[in-house]
Amino acid sequence: MTYGPARALPGDQIRITTNPDTEPFWQAAKERKLTACKCGDCGHFRMPPTAVCPECGSRAKEWPTLPGTGTVFSYAICNKNPKNGEDYVYVPVVVDLDGAPGTRLNANVSGCDAEDVHIGMKVTVDWTPIQDDWVLPNFKKA
Amino acid sequence: MAWANQDKCAIVGIGATDYYVRGKSWPRTINDMAAEAIMNACADAGISHKQIDGFSYYSTAGAGYLDKFDTASLMETLGMPHISWSATLTSGGGGCPGAIGLATAGLMNEDCTYTVTLMALQQLPQHRLGVVFGSAAPNPENSFLQPSGLVGPGHLMSVLARRHMHLYGTTQDAFGEVVMATRANTHNRPKAVRKEPLTKEQYDASVMLADPLRRLDFCLETDGAVAVITTTMDRAKDCRHKPAVVHAAAHGGQREWGRAFAWMGMPDPHFASSGHKFTADRVWAQSGLSAKDMDVALIYDHFSPMVLMQLEDYGFCEKGEGNDYVLSGKLRYDPATGKGVNGGTPVNTHGGNLNEAYIIGMTHIVEGVEQVRGTAINQVKDAEFALVSGGPASLPVSSLILRKD
Repeated sequence: MTYGPARALPGDQIRITTNPDTEPFWQAAKERKLTACKCGDCGHFRMPPTAVCPECGSRAKEWPTLPGTGTVFSYAICNKNPKNGEDYVYVPVVVDLDGAPGTRLNANVSGCDAEDVHIGMKVTVDWTPIQDDWVLPNFKKA
Repeated sequence: MAWANQDKCAIVGIGATDYYVRGKSWPRTINDMAAEAIMNACADAGISHKQIDGFSYYSTAGAGYLDKFDTASLMETLGMPHISWSATLTSGGGGCPGAIGLATAGLMNEDCTYTVTLMALQQLPQHRLGVVFGSAAPNPENSFLQPSGLVGPGHLMSVLARRHMHLYGTTQDAFGEVVMATRANTHNRPKAVRKEPLTKEQYDASVMLADPLRRLDFCLETDGAVAVITTTMDRAKDCRHKPAVVHAAAHGGQREWGRAFAWMGMPDPHFASSGHKFTADRVWAQSGLSAKDMDVALIYDHFSPMVLMQLEDYGFCEKGEGNDYVLSGKLRYDPATGKGVNGGTPVNTHGGNLNEAYIIGMTHIVEGVEQVRGTAINQVKDAEFALVSGGPASLPVSSLILRKD
């Protein structure tokens, strides 16, 4: 099927909330730095950030700055804005993050036609301002 | 090793309301529909609803995803004098047949004597399950999913289907065959919502909602209530129908599946799966049986690709071979012989969530009971074992084997 350009959903309709476990991720995003939660003891990465390392049980966390690149692991092609039902082509992607093995982000991809998105496609982070002065990591074709 | 509670309990009563297209059950209330289903199930069992002393829920005692059952409120409605068991499995529709295992736990612990498992569902515009993920208020956990615009379960599972297609060459034709094969079982079912035969051309023309999934790959949105009564085998002997014996039951799952498509962190090969391998292996170990021993399979079908992936996880075919298994017609029921087609096990002889009605899995239990009683509309000849599965979703998911008495 032919869909045309993939666009990220409008940031002004997106809202997030945080808690003390997840807030460092979003604070880094405000500074346009992509991070992931890394265990301060065993080095295991986990996303979304949680209180305790599922591998070793440590509560120590590190927030390294990642390269901001990744690979499309899977995706869907959607054609209606979920906020208002209007025609709107967007491609939710599940992205394997470079530099943080085993972690993924769910985001939108842009910079190509929707029908050209494919598993294995290289992407780079693309920041979308959203409500309440937060910034969302989306991706564009690398 | 055989399960300690094997063949100790049975489902003895099944009851339901009419099935309504989404929202059309109004002005009935949830408790009105629940009460009708419970009373119908008790009448089917040959007991009074006032004999019920146990409630074994799933879906966190949800009635749909926004309403909740409350045992005290149901007692007040139905006049049960006392209850001595009120428990639920957590999460959502994945626990549906597992609730029969929960019932068994209450019965075997001698906490209760007759326990009801039920679901009632009323999808008024503000309660549509189809948009439930997207309409949920943002929280710190779903803030890592919602912004992607994956707002409904169909969106979420389309991402899993895509990975399966990528890894194994699975085709949309196979998803279509799941829908067509099970649609063929509803033409003679008075209560089914979708009864017209479905052609491949009609399937291919169905609108793409979340590529690679079409509208017809999504299950129905319906209202209604279904209840089933479980009791001990000694009591079951005095009930009206032949008992549907609880032969094996398991709920749970493994960390690699976890929150599943509410998370998307599953490593291969779990990502493109139904998350059922763990409970499938448990019921096979409990019973000493395997997929080839099942006479009929009632497979939770919220989305057609998840049927294919469950068939793999239960071992009806090898992992990655679901496409060919489905396309060889092995899901179909042949009314002429009362058997499967091409050596397959008939799947969803009632039409399932895709075609008959969606009451979050309860209709699959009802069909399993009717099959092992020998009273199903599309009766599988000499059916001895029926497999019932719960919806692939956040853990727990669950599995149930019913046996003919």
